[in-house]
Amino acid sequence: MSNVEIVCNKLSKSFSGKSIFKNLDLKISAKESLTVTGRNGTGKSTLVKVLAGLILQSKGSILINENNLALQKEKWFAKTGLLSPYFNLYDELTGFENLDFFYKLKSNGKEKSGNEEKVNSLLNEVNLFDKKNEQVKNYSSGMKQRLKLAFAVINKPDILFMDEPRSNLDKYGIEIMNRIALDHKERGILIIATNDEEDKQLCDKSLNIEDYK
Amino acid sequence: MTGDILNSSMLIFKKDLKSELRTRYVINSLLMFVLVTISVIRFALGDEKTENELLTGLLWISIFFSTSNGLSRTFVKEEERETSIALKLSSDSTAVLTGKLLFNLVLSFALNILILILFILITDYSVKNVSGFLITVIIGNFGLVSASTIIAAIISKANSKGTLYPVLSFPVLLPLLITVINATKLASLGVGTEKLYGEIIILVSYTIVITVVSYMLFRFVWED
Repeated sequence: MSNVEIVCNKLSKSFSGKSIFKNLDLKISAKESLTVTGRNGTGKSTLVKVLAGLILQSKGSILINENNLALQKEKWFAKTGLLSPYFNLYDELTGFENLDFFYKLKSNGKEKSGNEEKVNSLLNEVNLFDKKNEQVKNYSSGMKQRLKLAFAVINKPDILFMDEPRSNLDKYGIEIMNRIALDHKERGILIIATNDEEDKQLCDKSLNIEDYK
Repeated sequence: MTGDILNSSMLIFKKDLKSELRTRYVINSLLMFVLVTISVIRFALGDEKTENELLTGLLWISIFFSTSNGLSRTFVKEEERETSIALKLSSDSTAVLTGKLLFNLVLSFALNILILILFILITDYSVKNVSGFLITVIIGNFGLVSASTIIAAIISKANSKGTLYPVLSFPVLLPLLITVINATKLASLGVGTEKLYGEIIILVSYTIVITVVSYMLFRFVWED
């Protein structure tokens, strides 16, 4: 089990003077899970981006602690995985090439024995093994979402962010997503931005972003 | 640590190369751009005998605009296709810049070899001091690539990417262009390499300064 926790203090974010959320306090530790809810356009994805370190907060602080020591921001990405609709993987590469590239990058570019098995096993987990040598541009939107799911957990992250994880998934895809989320919850922090009732049931806590306006 | 960054840079470089060879996102448009530019120069010059002073200027106009057209796309492509977040989540910013610099260097040198060959074939351009000429062109290219890559990273975050590139690149590249045009002109006229020492020092210094500044700035551009 990981010993990672996220601690936010008086977190606020605004764009061009318009407040998205303010004074948000949050503490979440390993084996805890949280859904971020709120109507469309109220700032769920913005909060996920801020927590994941993709954009800076306007005020307040975020710490990611490991064994009670704050991690340097450069180390955050090594601890996190993200599934979200606002990024893509490389269309011109195959599913295997994409995961292999990102797995090696996340391992600091080192060629490790067992890379190929790890990537193949992950492709199998998201039911894309048969299509692993096809370019991603030929994938359906559901297949692309499953590939992004594999990308999110490729480094066995301590913190997994899922923003609208059901997007484009059919019921089999949702089963895979649920299985991966529940598996992650056993050892790390799970944060899901969603309004879906079934997603909410995956998590122990809930935060309505509209309460921080 | 340095080894890790170099390994990651090579991975990014290889990915960009594979990606480019599959999509021809930059290569095709650059080839067309070079052919059109060289053809326009040919038609403009006609059968007139042109001096090396003028031809050197025309050569660098071709190199500058072709390079601007191609190198600016490395980061723009990542932003437009929304792949930059996956890259950001997976790699250190220094490795990303190094990988992109390597890719741009390879692209730029391949492009400039093509431009030089075509230019010499269609004009009366003759180079008397070949070694001095090659030294200045090669160092000039390093500077051009270094400056263009960081400018490309900056403009990739902006809305009006196309118009911003020339606005930002012109003042930054002006000292390099003035020096490299002068140096290659002198080399083509037969001035000895030892007399180009001053220009070479300026080109090397410019390249080192712009590269160091790029590495200092890039983290803020990339992670914002």
